[in-house]
Amino acid sequence: MSIELGHFALTLAFAIAAVSAVLGVMFWKRAEMVAGWLQQGAVLQFLLVAASFGALIQAFVTSDYSLKLAYDHANSAQPLIYKITAVWGNHEGSMVLWVLILVIMGAAVAAFGRNLPKDLLSLVLSLQSMLTASFIGFTLFTSNPFLRLSPAPFEGQDLNPVLQDIGLAIHPPLLYVGYVGFSIAFSFAIAALISGRIDAAWARWVRPWALVSWCFLTLGIAMGSYWAYYELGWGGWWFWDPVENASFMPWLSGTALLHSALVMEKRNALKIWTIFLSIITFSLSLLGTFMVRSGVLTSVHSFASDPTRGLVILSMLAVFIGGAFSLFALRVNSLRAGGLFAPISREGALILNNLFLATATVAVLVGTLYPLLLEALTGDTISVGAPFFNITFGAVMAPLLVVLPFGPFLAWKRGDFVAVAQRLAGAGALALFLTILGFALSGASISLAPLGLLLGFWVAFGALAELVDRAKFFRTDVMTSLRRLVGLPRTAWATALAHFGVGVTVLGIVAASAWQAEVITTVDTGQTLTINNYAVTFDGKDVEQGPNYVAQRGHFTIASPAEPTRTAIAERRTYTQSGMPTTEADIETYGFSQLYIQLGEPGPDGKTVVRLWYKPYVTLIWLGCLVMAGAGFLSLSYRRQRVGAPRPAQVRVAAE
Amino acid sequence: MTRKQKRLAIIGGLGAVLAIAATLIFIALRDQIVFFYSPSEVKEKAIAVGTPIRLGGLVKTDSWTCTGGTFNFVVTDGASELSAHFKGLLPDLFREGQGVVVEGAVATDGTFAATNVLAKHDENYMPREVVDELKKRGEWNRPESTGAVGKPRPVCT
Repeated sequence: MSIELGHFALTLAFAIAAVSAVLGVMFWKRAEMVAGWLQQGAVLQFLLVAASFGALIQAFVTSDYSLKLAYDHANSAQPLIYKITAVWGNHEGSMVLWVLILVIMGAAVAAFGRNLPKDLLSLVLSLQSMLTASFIGFTLFTSNPFLRLSPAPFEGQDLNPVLQDIGLAIHPPLLYVGYVGFSIAFSFAIAALISGRIDAAWARWVRPWALVSWCFLTLGIAMGSYWAYYELGWGGWWFWDPVENASFMPWLSGTALLHSALVMEKRNALKIWTIFLSIITFSLSLLGTFMVRSGVLTSVHSFASDPTRGLVILSMLAVFIGGAFSLFALRVNSLRAGGLFAPISREGALILNNLFLATATVAVLVGTLYPLLLEALTGDTISVGAPFFNITFGAVMAPLLVVLPFGPFLAWKRGDFVAVAQRLAGAGALALFLTILGFALSGASISLAPLGLLLGFWVAFGALAELVDRAKFFRTDVMTSLRRLVGLPRTAWATALAHFGVGVTVLGIVAASAWQAEVITTVDTGQTLTINNYAVTFDGKDVEQGPNYVAQRGHFTIASPAEPTRTAIAERRTYTQSGMPTTEADIETYGFSQLYIQLGEPGPDGKTVVRLWYKPYVTLIWLGCLVMAGAGFLSLSYRRQRVGAPRPAQVRVAAE
Repeated sequence: MTRKQKRLAIIGGLGAVLAIAATLIFIALRDQIVFFYSPSEVKEKAIAVGTPIRLGGLVKTDSWTCTGGTFNFVVTDGASELSAHFKGLLPDLFREGQGVVVEGAVATDGTFAATNVLAKHDENYMPREVVDELKKRGEWNRPESTGAVGKPRPVCT
């Protein structure tokens, strides 16, 4: 019964969204009339979709296998958490989650957007409803999650074992909030184009939404990367796989959007470009959804694909993106350029940032779509591998990282490059010193590693240098400086921390790539392997019965010179329902570095295959991302940045 | 600088960066793409020794052996076969009769020296290229695989 109610709720939400979409677009000029209705409609959509999502969860938790979706993707032996996460561990259910986040965003605009001009609010809610209606329609008509089976089977199939992991509980929701959150910026951009309200105030309204989405997308990508790292058992954390690129492209253009919206808000410049980026970022999110779900590209991560659905998403893509850009093309001439500035200025630095980020996005896009294009044109099947991305992306990112620390130091309108360089000299010297020290100690021989390390240190210290400079360290007594440091505006802290996070991630990437050590061998019980000062002893194997799998567990003792001895268990699981094996590697964290132990197959002579990696400073990759996202949230906590903050007294409203 | 000169400087700078980036992308695309071939195509097109390619097909049943730490197996597309050898740990889902994509190059002795064996975390997974290729050659008759086929592979290190 609850399943039918869920189905009905989703259908009703579809109808409300469709009506809202039409009402808003038709009557936005008389917004006082419809705004209230649209706000209630947005909240109703949220409640209804939440109810239908709840119905799905209930069916999964109570093991109601008359629901086809639950039968296909759940099993009564699964632990409760995986019964819940199984709801979105498949195409249909994850679409409902996608829509749920879309309506949460819509409801949030309705709730926090009371101080928005009514016409803009109506248009945004209407466009948001248009997206909701399309995606609910897509879900209901091509991938209905509420189909029943009769007679109901007693036991369900299993969820893909690789997905039976806490990562599934965290990664997709975070990623979807990021993806879908950019729909708000998209709707705002379209609303601005329709209403002609494109000014600094617009940027102030959009920036918090873009920032929230960006933070979640950062966390989602980092979490996905860490999940692949520990679950796939290859020890890799980024493969330049199409699905990864699909989430990375909106991140790159979203990062550009945050920076260009800053210029628009402060200086009323870069308006056309900011609108363009808002449209592009969400378009790339949609493109990502299409690529992941249509199976047009071969990926190691895709879990649910169906070419016919892909076609429907592709046409939705064409309508939304095509429509948005047509509107953009029509309106672009009516936009006037804003504030003037010298090439060397804060604005100039932010433009440079946008230029590099946009180029990087294009490079990733070309590499991702080129195989499709070539296959369509010539029939040749190719793959564009990591080397392509490393070369192009690296070449674009390196100069960006070089100039990054200069940006926050430069004044608006006209900056003094020499003065900034002087203030950054300390950070540069420190970075150089640590790089040389690192190489003297490790003696690595990889040619590009010193450059990478230098860049990482440079960005990290350069970011902190701004805080040090503004707090007047070394120029006044320490206590005064500390007081000044604490008193700095949170936006200054957020900028410095976010850039510091970039540096930390770069350091992690360079260190883990350049100094990784690997041992693959067979071992007898009691045998000891040595990897980078760690002595790993194999203590034998046993078998453990899990809730829905049988695990072979390898026991290890790890002796390290600096820390107490640890014991570790690496598993190979075979899931009883599907007969599918998975590897559960053991990862031991020492400081920022990790020891990665993977248990291989048993050999005929009683030996066991073991694969060991030493990954120095690998955790910095994800810690840097956490710092970036944390900095974003810090900035949001600043009163004037907050979603729905009181409208400043003198908002400049552009004439139509 | 006058306003016009400033604008020119900015636009010129942007143009230069974009031109460099475009050149770079173009060169990288020319040099860094890897073609996907089935064993038949490797023979038909006489792929040069040492050219990195991706080889796709089915792992031939009863074809794997182990000699001195190297893992040998045969990749087939029904029409042709190619012996491949690989040193390292194979993915969990590498099974006889299953689809496989192998990265590597043809060696001087005509066998395929694999540098990487790819498999996906899905028990029913067949790489799309492999399916297309098998369909082209009329060898596609396995709509659903159960995942639990093939004998355990020998250990090889």
